[in-house]
Amino acid sequence: MNNNNQSKPFFSVDWTVIVIFLILCLFGWLNIHASVYNPEKQGIFNLSTNYGKQLLYIASACLLGMFILLLDSQFLNAISPILYGIILFLLVLVLIIGKNVGGNQAWIDIGPFKLQPSEFAKFPTCLLLARYLSMDQVKIQDLKTKLIAGTIIFIPVALIMLQPDTGSALTFTSLIIVLFREGLSGYFLFLEGLLILLFILTLLYGKVILISMLVFLGALLVYINRRNRGFAATLLLTLFISVVFVFSVDFAYNHILKSHQRDRINVILGKVNDPKGEGYNVNQSKIAIGSGGLWGKGYLRGTQTKFDFVPEQSTDFIFCTVGEEWGFAGCFFVIGLYLFLLLRIINIAERQRSSFRRIYGYGVASIIFFHFFINIGMTIGIIPVIGIPLPFMSYGGSSLWSFTILLFILLKLDSSNRINTV
Amino acid sequence: MNRFFERKFIVQGIFIVISVILLSRLFYIQIVTDKYILSANNNVLRKLIIYPARGAILDRKEKSLVQNEPVYDLMVIPNKVKSLDTVQFCNLIEIDRVGFDKRLIKAKKYSPYKASLFEKQLSAQIYASFQEKLFQFPGFFVQNRTIRSYPDSIAAQFLGYVGEVNDRIITQSGGFYHQGDYIGISGVERSYETLLRGHRGIKNIMVDALGRAKGSFADGRYDTLAASGERLISSLDKDLQKFGEKLMQNKCGSIVAIEPSSGEILAFVSSPTYDPNLMVGRKRGYNYAKLSNNPYKPMFIRPIQAEYPPGSIFKAVNALIAQEFGAIDSNTTFNCTGGYSYGAKGFMACTHRHGPVNLRQAIAQSCNTYFGYTYNRMIDHANMRPVNAYKRWWNAVSQFGLGSRLGIDLPNERKGLLPTDKFYTKRWGSNKWGSGFNISLSIGQGELGTTPLQMANLVATIANRGFFYTPHLIKAVGEKNVIKKEYTEKHNIEIDTRFFNVIINGMSDAVNLPGGTAYFSKIPGIDMCGKTGTVENPHGKDHAVFFAFAPRQNPKIAIAVVVENVGFGATWAAPIASLMVEKYLKDTISRPPSYLDRIYLANLLPPIRIKPSINVTKSADSVKNNHNILKPTVSIQKNKAKKPNE
Repeated sequence: MNNNNQSKPFFSVDWTVIVIFLILCLFGWLNIHASVYNPEKQGIFNLSTNYGKQLLYIASACLLGMFILLLDSQFLNAISPILYGIILFLLVLVLIIGKNVGGNQAWIDIGPFKLQPSEFAKFPTCLLLARYLSMDQVKIQDLKTKLIAGTIIFIPVALIMLQPDTGSALTFTSLIIVLFREGLSGYFLFLEGLLILLFILTLLYGKVILISMLVFLGALLVYINRRNRGFAATLLLTLFISVVFVFSVDFAYNHILKSHQRDRINVILGKVNDPKGEGYNVNQSKIAIGSGGLWGKGYLRGTQTKFDFVPEQSTDFIFCTVGEEWGFAGCFFVIGLYLFLLLRIINIAERQRSSFRRIYGYGVASIIFFHFFINIGMTIGIIPVIGIPLPFMSYGGSSLWSFTILLFILLKLDSSNRINTV
Repeated sequence: MNRFFERKFIVQGIFIVISVILLSRLFYIQIVTDKYILSANNNVLRKLIIYPARGAILDRKEKSLVQNEPVYDLMVIPNKVKSLDTVQFCNLIEIDRVGFDKRLIKAKKYSPYKASLFEKQLSAQIYASFQEKLFQFPGFFVQNRTIRSYPDSIAAQFLGYVGEVNDRIITQSGGFYHQGDYIGISGVERSYETLLRGHRGIKNIMVDALGRAKGSFADGRYDTLAASGERLISSLDKDLQKFGEKLMQNKCGSIVAIEPSSGEILAFVSSPTYDPNLMVGRKRGYNYAKLSNNPYKPMFIRPIQAEYPPGSIFKAVNALIAQEFGAIDSNTTFNCTGGYSYGAKGFMACTHRHGPVNLRQAIAQSCNTYFGYTYNRMIDHANMRPVNAYKRWWNAVSQFGLGSRLGIDLPNERKGLLPTDKFYTKRWGSNKWGSGFNISLSIGQGELGTTPLQMANLVATIANRGFFYTPHLIKAVGEKNVIKKEYTEKHNIEIDTRFFNVIINGMSDAVNLPGGTAYFSKIPGIDMCGKTGTVENPHGKDHAVFFAFAPRQNPKIAIAVVVENVGFGATWAAPIASLMVEKYLKDTISRPPSYLDRIYLANLLPPIRIKPSINVTKSADSVKNNHNILKPTVSIQKNKAKKPNE
């Protein structure tokens, strides 16, 4: 079986996904180039520039992808606990020896490059989650399963929160989609959405207002549904969980987090003014995108991104350059590509014969979706500023490699699926 | 099919819904609303004002009187300022730390996100060293401008100066002037402001988030060019002006020289003067205060603002009018017994006992007695009531431009004083007065005030034998050399030309005949006609005046010289005038250097407590005893009228 598989590792790969992957990487590179373009510093291979480095990252990501395609899919399943262990170790390590940049202890220096373990925590978590949920006798409806699955997700989240890198930590909440697909009641999907909302609202408005509103709304709903005993009980439970959650978030925020971490969260939430004035980042980002019009200003002709009005323009705010220089047409193209990729990944997941592969596929889709939604939503001002990169397009080696690994493991699993019936 | 397969559609549904939400939002901000395009332009666009160069001012030979010199205004956008090395910054532009904070606070108060002036007029040298470090100081940028520069440091009062517009001017201008614009405040700079200022241009450039320029916006499609101000050609002769200022150094007074045939002012000296370069640059405020507090008032424009009785030149006016009225003719002779007696006890002394003098001699020798009789004839023996005769006389005199503004192209010209009959009627409480009540008018004293400009114009009118053009300083405007219409209009005096000859002969005698009052100032080879005068000054030593024109036939220059507080006119004023005339007509000085040095080296400034004479009405020419010149009749004294000339 292995020999058969290894002999033709590439032919059975889903080339559509690879083409989308390449288009996103290269289009991302074009926009990184545009956002830091300097007519006096020509040359795309200039390693002192972001676009020069990104070219290197893309090339190495391709090599990394090819390497993954050469791995054995069973091996990936088997190795997942070890990978998970390694990443937990790195996440602890970064808290000890990591480099603090902008209030985040998220990077480990390796020579000239900086490694961001939180980025690499995604695929081991997905793999382990898939491995666990695909085991015999494991049913998501069981409380024990829920707890174990929750723990697998929660440990890296907790470690990342300590950095604190709220954006990356929140990414893992998207894995609820995986659990949902595997049979978790829709109630939990709703509950998670509610809790995320409550988390943000608590930090924004404080517990008093929020709990009063919760109790009022909850009581009203329970009263309306008082004849439906079961539903009323669920509502009460939700209300209880919500209130407890709000209290604990408030407590954690006020008593566990240090003041600079609080500040960081406040800035992320737009609760306090950043140094350049309230909402400067989002405002500039919206201005950049909004000024693009239908067809955009043209490649290298964006003024907002090129002249540094938009912060983090090649990493988290790369979509601004797309919006400004390529206009609505470019945005439509990019969003269309992501949507196509996501739907394609779901289809790939669903055609897997093993539940391990399917679950992993959903994990990939969930995480890419979360990044895609939060990142673009943030740049156009419908989501608070949460610093997470746009998959494949944002500048940065860690993020590109981590998404490449995430995606190519799926492609590997899929190609084995098509060759072998497991 | 595994269980929960249908949930795939829910998940895919979520993906699709979210994508549609994102696209709708993008559709709104990119296509529906254009407010982000405007904001983007606000971000990157900086409107740079291209200040126009003020028009140049040239002299009559088109030599430059005023140039423009580049300077650099340092601007700041306060909310773009980041932490900077304040010490280095302050050293570079030569301010101190307190000044730095003060300026920044002021700019913030004006607007935190709009550019405002931080420090004006950095010199080219400071700018050069500052510019290299400019990138270290985000939020600061430099705006080019030009300021005035005066290569010869002359004609300060004529040229005037420019300054920044104030709030009142900005409001009144209806949007033409903006904060930081310059405007002419005095002199030609003010009177020709609308021509000199030109039009500002706007250049749209793009800047980055740190305010660094990144090139032109939309290839300059929205830029407008600055239009320089118009060029002015002044009537001033630069060399003559320079010479005049040198002659007048360390003296208080004026020189006004006019070309009689055109009314063009050839020299306009107000002394003491100052270097016009003091009124530009960063130290202007300091210099201004210093000049304002100078007791000799260098900023006082004496040629058009100082008023003196005209003195003896007015005898010429009386002689002309008397001939025209038929009161005397060129052969009329009066006997001078050392003074003119009038009324019961009235007596106006003369300098000498001239014996019998005719008109020509009376002018040449400046005989007070002769003109006392002449005036008496005009007023008291004109077959009409003296009041009406005075009115007729007043009308005739005012034709010469006395008692009203001539209309020179400078602001703040004073009109002088020529009292009407009503003035005397009011003073004496009755209209039954006669020549004895203002007899000093016969010799150009008493209640008369004339500016040096009016004096020079008077001479020009005599030189022209009966007409003048309004004296003016700007003879041509712009590349097409347009001349203002009001300066091409001939003002005729209603006095027959033939009556002028005897006057001019008398003035020629005064200079060219041995024993003439100004014989000392005779110019070899030039027939200059002149008239000395001494204006007694109640505040100190007399003022010397001298009027002249030359040559006698076809005159090219008419001049009035006033030197304050120096005594007899022939001593200082006449030599200065004669040198000016010679310089202008021959461009060389034939007199020995000692003659010049005597004037150059003389320090004739009055002691510091003396205020410049603005209204010296109580004085007399050639009259030793200025008290009791006029003695009104007893009957009127009973009316408790004030005595004149006290």
